[in-house]
Amino acid sequence: MSSDHCPPSERPAGTAPADILRLTDFKLRFRGQSVATVNGVSLTVSAGEILCIVGESGCGKSVTAMSVMGLLPKGTSDVLSGDLSFMGKTYDLRRQNLPPHLRGNQIAMIFQEPMTSLNPAFSVGDQIAESVLQHQGGTRAEAMQRARDLLVKVGISAPDQRLKEYPYQLSGGMRQRVMIAIALANDPKLLIADEPTTALDVTIQAQILDLIDELRRDTGMGTMMITHDLGVVAEIADNVAVMYGGEIVEYGPVREIFANPQHPYTIGLMSAMPRLDRPGGRLAIVPGSVPAIENMPSGCRFRTRCAFANERCTERPLPKAAGSGHHATCHFAPLEDHIRVQA
Amino acid sequence: MSGDVILRATGVTKRFGGDGFLTRSPVVQAVDDVSLEVRRGETFAIVGESGCGKSTLARLLMRLLEPTAGQVIFDGEDISHAAGPELTRLRRDMQFIFQDPFSSLNPRMTVGKLIGEPLEVHRPELSTGERRAKVGDLLRTVGLSDEHANRYPHEFSGGQRQRIGIARALASGPKLVIGDEPVSALDVSIQAQVINLLGDLSRDLGLTLVIIAHDLGVIRHMSDRVAVMYLGRIVETGTAAEVFDRPRHPYTQALLASIPAPRPEGEERAAHLLGEMPSPTAPPPGCRFHTRCPFARPECRTAIPELASADPGEDHRVACYYWRDIASPDGAARAVPRSEPAEARFALYRAAIEGGQVVHKPAGSAPAAPPAT
Repeated sequence: MSSDHCPPSERPAGTAPADILRLTDFKLRFRGQSVATVNGVSLTVSAGEILCIVGESGCGKSVTAMSVMGLLPKGTSDVLSGDLSFMGKTYDLRRQNLPPHLRGNQIAMIFQEPMTSLNPAFSVGDQIAESVLQHQGGTRAEAMQRARDLLVKVGISAPDQRLKEYPYQLSGGMRQRVMIAIALANDPKLLIADEPTTALDVTIQAQILDLIDELRRDTGMGTMMITHDLGVVAEIADNVAVMYGGEIVEYGPVREIFANPQHPYTIGLMSAMPRLDRPGGRLAIVPGSVPAIENMPSGCRFRTRCAFANERCTERPLPKAAGSGHHATCHFAPLEDHIRVQA
Repeated sequence: MSGDVILRATGVTKRFGGDGFLTRSPVVQAVDDVSLEVRRGETFAIVGESGCGKSTLARLLMRLLEPTAGQVIFDGEDISHAAGPELTRLRRDMQFIFQDPFSSLNPRMTVGKLIGEPLEVHRPELSTGERRAKVGDLLRTVGLSDEHANRYPHEFSGGQRQRIGIARALASGPKLVIGDEPVSALDVSIQAQVINLLGDLSRDLGLTLVIIAHDLGVIRHMSDRVAVMYLGRIVETGTAAEVFDRPRHPYTQALLASIPAPRPEGEERAAHLLGEMPSPTAPPPGCRFHTRCPFARPECRTAIPELASADPGEDHRVACYYWRDIASPDGAARAVPRSEPAEARFALYRAAIEGGQVVHKPAGSAPAAPPAT
């Protein structure tokens, strides 16, 4: 897709078998823009792991997931760099997408709004069976039997009746379960879930999170979950990538991220969240809003909203290790060593 | 906060449907026999899941809908069936903030016009110049500036649009503002800005706020008193502290337990409430919650429990026969304990955001970093 390229020999070697997905230095720029929307994202998902990518709208989290799936429309963007390793095979994203036969098969995806992702004109059974037939072949009756098993697996009662129903007859939580059943149809190695519970009520959200947690335990699939909700992250993630402006600003095990956050953006997000145990008063905010991509500052992309930024932040910070696989991309991490605040 | 009641609903009921010539449409019992009081100057929250009737209730409270039965009294006047000039006057005193700042502002009107429009209706005596000055005041009140008046809604971000919506609601000088999910369409960092703004306004202008929301964190943070709704009925009400820290109704307890929260190392995920809310076209008899309630007994299936307090003088009321037998869980959500340096970082962050002067320590004290200048 892009004209500049490196010889194949210089590409990173295959990944360790435990890694299901490894994305290295992924950069993507939309046509007609001068600034990369995703700017050097690297992440891994291993078997049975739930990696949560957390960030606000426009931070590039969905674009990253869509690119991994090869779902971005052709001709709208250029990949500037990035290698994708899936199950030990490496693809140079500048030249190729993930092979389509993996999509919906070994890599499955669920989306935020199950009503718009399901086809209103086909029954639930047909839609699950389609996914089975597409990748596994076999007869329609076999596929329907598989569809029924999947409905049971995702916790839908009266599966025989549900198979014949249409999406409009189902509640939001039920539709998301059907989406998950379709995603699981071919025993994927990797599940990409883009805000899977955002449209759901809190009691239904808890049920869907329970289901995803149970499935990764039973099947060992890796999960990459995109969310803006730090509560969901705290509840379900093993590892967390905090994104801002198309970059991962902090990455680490979930307990480290919450007990010992390093990046001012992570700290800001956590401060801005209303908490049940500390009600009232004013919330400490993150000032301003995410700049449009053309106005993204050079150097640290967060510096226009950061209370601690100075001239050094015009230089792009490198990830700084904070122990136990935890790193943050800030010149001044940890803040208490570098910053004082006078009243 | 004074104790007098600005808004009182008594036995308010709203049914939709049931009409049609050849086929009767199903009757939806959206709000069923709801009574509540909102006190002057307080922030009152109505919480519940989608379909519980909270938005319908909000619309009944401000006479956007007419109740099928019951009464709504605002500032001493029955407004349940208000019409004509009475309704216009009511609109001045009661305003609405909508959820979606993208669809609730007319894209072809400038912000100045959008905010000036309610002034034209409710303050016709103002001259054009006075009106323009007032629009400027309102813009500054919500944290925007005068020059924004000449721009169109599409030029603003979601948070700014919500500020415009708030300025528009404030234009007529209302006594009470109802916000239907006023922050749920916004990102966390923006949401915090709007929550702070609403808090400031209610304090500075002595505004009474009624907030409809599904985000329990937001409600806990903003509100003085809370009503929890399930399938058209209030199942529990009280101060935010009472409801959140010592929930009595099993539904409130389940709702709080469903809030995603970190679990301590090694601990299994707790069991969550099963099933879904039944359809309001066919609400179950008896306690509406009994189909999902782990504590339901035969009586719960036949008679509807009244919303009642433990002691006559108490404000904390619950609609459950057996709440005394149900242990109230530890209401406060768990949180990952932060390390000491992390607490220091949060303190630094807050101090800096609240206007403290940030000083970068010389490089010597920070071993890992090269000099900054």
